Amino acid sequence: MAFNTEKNSYTVIFAAIMVVVVGSLLAFVASGLKPKIHENQRFEKQQNILYAMGVNDNEGEGDVTFVPTTSVEEDFSKYIVKQMVLDGSTAVEKENAYLIDVSKEIAKAKNGEKAELPLLIGEKEGKTFYIIPLYGRGLWDAIWGYISLDDHMVVQGVYFDHKGETPGLGANIKQRFFMDDFTGESVMSGNSFEGITVAKGNGDPLNTDKEDNQVDALAGATITGNGVTAMIKDCIKLYKPYLQTIRTK
Amino acid sequence: MALLSKKDSKLVLDPLADNNPITIQVLGICSALAITAELKASVVMALSVLFVLSMGNVAISLLRNIIPSKIRIIVQLVVVAALVIIVDQVLKAFAYELSKTLSVFVGLIITNCIIMGRFEAFALGNGPKKAFLDGIGNALGYGIILVIVGFFRELLGSGTLFGFKVLGDPVTKTGLYAIGYENNGFMIIPPAALIVLGVIIWVQRSKNRALIEEA
Repeated sequence: MAFNTEKNSYTVIFAAIMVVVVGSLLAFVASGLKPKIHENQRFEKQQNILYAMGVNDNEGEGDVTFVPTTSVEEDFSKYIVKQMVLDGSTAVEKENAYLIDVSKEIAKAKNGEKAELPLLIGEKEGKTFYIIPLYGRGLWDAIWGYISLDDHMVVQGVYFDHKGETPGLGANIKQRFFMDDFTGESVMSGNSFEGITVAKGNGDPLNTDKEDNQVDALAGATITGNGVTAMIKDCIKLYKPYLQTIRTK
Repeated sequence: MALLSKKDSKLVLDPLADNNPITIQVLGICSALAITAELKASVVMALSVLFVLSMGNVAISLLRNIIPSKIRIIVQLVVVAALVIIVDQVLKAFAYELSKTLSVFVGLIITNCIIMGRFEAFALGNGPKKAFLDGIGNALGYGIILVIVGFFRELLGSGTLFGFKVLGDPVTKTGLYAIGYENNGFMIIPPAALIVLGVIIWVQRSKNRALIEEA
């Protein structure tokens, strides 16, 4: 051994060199891969938004298949006809509104500050879809997604995703058997914007009752389910002023 | 085995059974409980640990003579964390779908006691080749238990394996469900993993009585 590894000065120098070496290595990797990672994230957002309005490559039961990344940009500009941000009860057009960091804007809006809440309008087969981004908290970390409504405030499709919910339990919010249940449910109860509750023991596992504002919960994932309920309710509330103006009964 | 000497192959094979990191040393229990609700997650976790443990063991082993003993644990942590982050970034750029499945495991790998345990107990005192084999062996021993637990939990809890409905459809009542079989909801919550693990330990020790500690 060439060095006296017990000496304090050695320890300090070793630690300093280690920090510099590892730090610059990580910085180098991160900045080198950044453009590629950002592109992937942008494609993913587009895929998720299109998924919520029913533009996807799902085949048969059970699988979640997005439109391929090779054609997603083309599909996105074809189906998403308007990108807007809310301004009180009206909405103004804004380019690339879908790239806005919803987590920050929703936090601002909840604090009563001025926020840029994005809203996308999609059109498919002559039908109009109002697509609202969602953001909330699950058990371990963030959950988010998109919900698309028609002008009767009936859900046309949803997409959920999560950062770190438990595999096999909370992570199942991004499975078809959970997401598909939302389609056809109304977010309205009478004239109030109720959202949709992920309910335990609602006695309707096949989700045949579309009038109850409820979908069947996932076993073993109560807190994630409650998070989904709260996320939908909170986000719909923020968009309520605008949604009221476009709603037809 | 012609490829490896007897001593070396022992490094790989021992942790698979008689010196298994989970059932004998009782390390890595937290991740074994958390992510074994389905088989696919178990396999992914096992592969991730295989990579990180073998690479990390080699890195620590190469550095073993210059690491100051006072801060060796911190150095070990930095090595694991750096490895895991690099892998995560590369996957995000070139295999985005896979990286999303893995993201939940990243934190679990960094804090996995098996990894720190092997660095501390083996890599710090042995050469890179031995450390590599030791890493492979321990990761496989860990992976086997994960897959066994995941197999039983997914089969009994959800009636599926790798997501395929092997027992029929519980909602439309086909296959086994037609004659009144029900999924055991208990199996998909973490305490069930502890019970499955307990059964594995029991079976293993009743087969090899030498493993039973004196009371």
